[in-house]
Amino acid sequence: MAALDEYIVSAAAALGLPLDEAWKPAVTTNLEVTLRHAAAVTEFKLPDDAEPAPVFKA
Amino acid sequence: MAGEGAWASAAEIARAVAAGEISAATVVDDALARIDKLNPALNAFTAVTVERARAKARSIDAAPDEAKLPLAGVPFAVKNLFDVDGIASVAGSKINRAYPPANRDSPLIERLEAAGAILVGALNMGEYAYDFTGENAHDGPSRNPHDLTRMTGGSSGGSAGAVAGGLVPLTLGSDTNGSIRVPSSFCGIFGLKPTYGRLTRARTFPFVASLDHLGSFARTTRDLALSYDAMQGPDADDPACAQKPARPTVPQLDRGIEGLRVAVAGGYFRQGAFPEALEALDRVAEALHVVDEIELPEAARARSAAYVITATEAGALHLGRLRRQARDFDPAVRDRLIAGAMVPAALVNKAQIFRRWYRDQVLKLFEHCDAILAPATPCVAPKLGQQTFVVDGVEMPLRPNIGIYTQPISFVGLPVVAVPVPLLPLPIGVQIICAPWREDIALRVAHALEQMQIAAAPRPPVP
Repeated sequence: MAALDEYIVSAAAALGLPLDEAWKPAVTTNLEVTLRHAAAVTEFKLPDDAEPAPVFKA
Repeated sequence: MAGEGAWASAAEIARAVAAGEISAATVVDDALARIDKLNPALNAFTAVTVERARAKARSIDAAPDEAKLPLAGVPFAVKNLFDVDGIASVAGSKINRAYPPANRDSPLIERLEAAGAILVGALNMGEYAYDFTGENAHDGPSRNPHDLTRMTGGSSGGSAGAVAGGLVPLTLGSDTNGSIRVPSSFCGIFGLKPTYGRLTRARTFPFVASLDHLGSFARTTRDLALSYDAMQGPDADDPACAQKPARPTVPQLDRGIEGLRVAVAGGYFRQGAFPEALEALDRVAEALHVVDEIELPEAARARSAAYVITATEAGALHLGRLRRQARDFDPAVRDRLIAGAMVPAALVNKAQIFRRWYRDQVLKLFEHCDAILAPATPCVAPKLGQQTFVVDGVEMPLRPNIGIYTQPISFVGLPVVAVPVPLLPLPIGVQIICAPWREDIALRVAHALEQMQIAAAPRPPVP
């Protein structure tokens, strides 16, 4: 969690987002949950040529 | 008129108007009076378009051809993220109230009105649709007509409350992860989330472009089909809207279910469910003589991928508002959006790659079946303000888990009819899930269940 606490402060600065002290615990928790969901997706191995769902058509 | 006034279906109203048994003006005045009387308790409407509705009713009554339209004189209302000419599309927010009013209706409103329906107002919703509860920090919660101390479900909370409470027979809402199917389940009504790309989303306030769907709520399957048939078809103003011709479903409704192969979703879709959810599912499965159980592969991971795409696209959509006006958001929504904006793009791309793989797997299932049954929600409507529930002896956060059964389905855009099973004391919904573009099959199954009296929208104890 400590790493995420630092990450949200840096990310907010990089993105130009306000981040009140009081908001930090909830933002960290929400990010932690989202990253856990993302980890469940990324650990599922798919071949390098697997295409993303959105396909651009010229 | 059959159906006792407030409880008349859209089909019954249109038939009575066409037969000259009642005027559209009377129907609209009755609906406006009922909104006036019940909305203080239900908090479903955030705007009522009185003058506009009366003018439209007069025009229908003055034109014999218009009185024969399939939805002639049917009052309807829309989630307040739809553009309504002259009203700001607030999307449940405080921020959008400062935006200029819309200068043209959403095309779905235009299409329903072209079929004779009459817009009577805009409906409460969770802020920016990032919600499963129907609670709103600025407008107060939508309240469930079956029990005013309970949630309607969200984010299309007012859309479900207005139909379940008999304020109008028809409403429109949006569904990104479950926002039509969840409130349909909690309020005990029918909801249709069509195939992704079927109904145009032009001139509505978005949430997650990759996942946003629009659809309707009603107290009968026939009303869902009537509204869907009036709305489907291409629209160049929504790049995601399919260039497919309309495929009318009303003529298919009475075909029955003979020959249809129906399966029940097992594994993931039976985990974490309260006994009520499984009882409703079992009742539906039994009535349809379903014996086959089917597994949607990697459904939990599909929900995770939907979660990631939702958080990040919503974070991106609201980035400017977060920079400028973060304090004007509902704090709970703001903190989710800020976190979503911080998720690395690599993870989002992985979720979109997984989405294609999962879609291919799910579509294969429909080579062997025509419809899949699954719970709509794990539980009946929770209490307003409730934060947790206990599943299998484990206390879990309520809000993110309300959509566990809906998210893996909308993630790949499948059409679903949520049917209400009238358990006591509270109803709960079951999803009828079909292959893309087969709304007709989902509606046929729902209609058959209604005729068997397995699915029905129970009348709540409101006056």
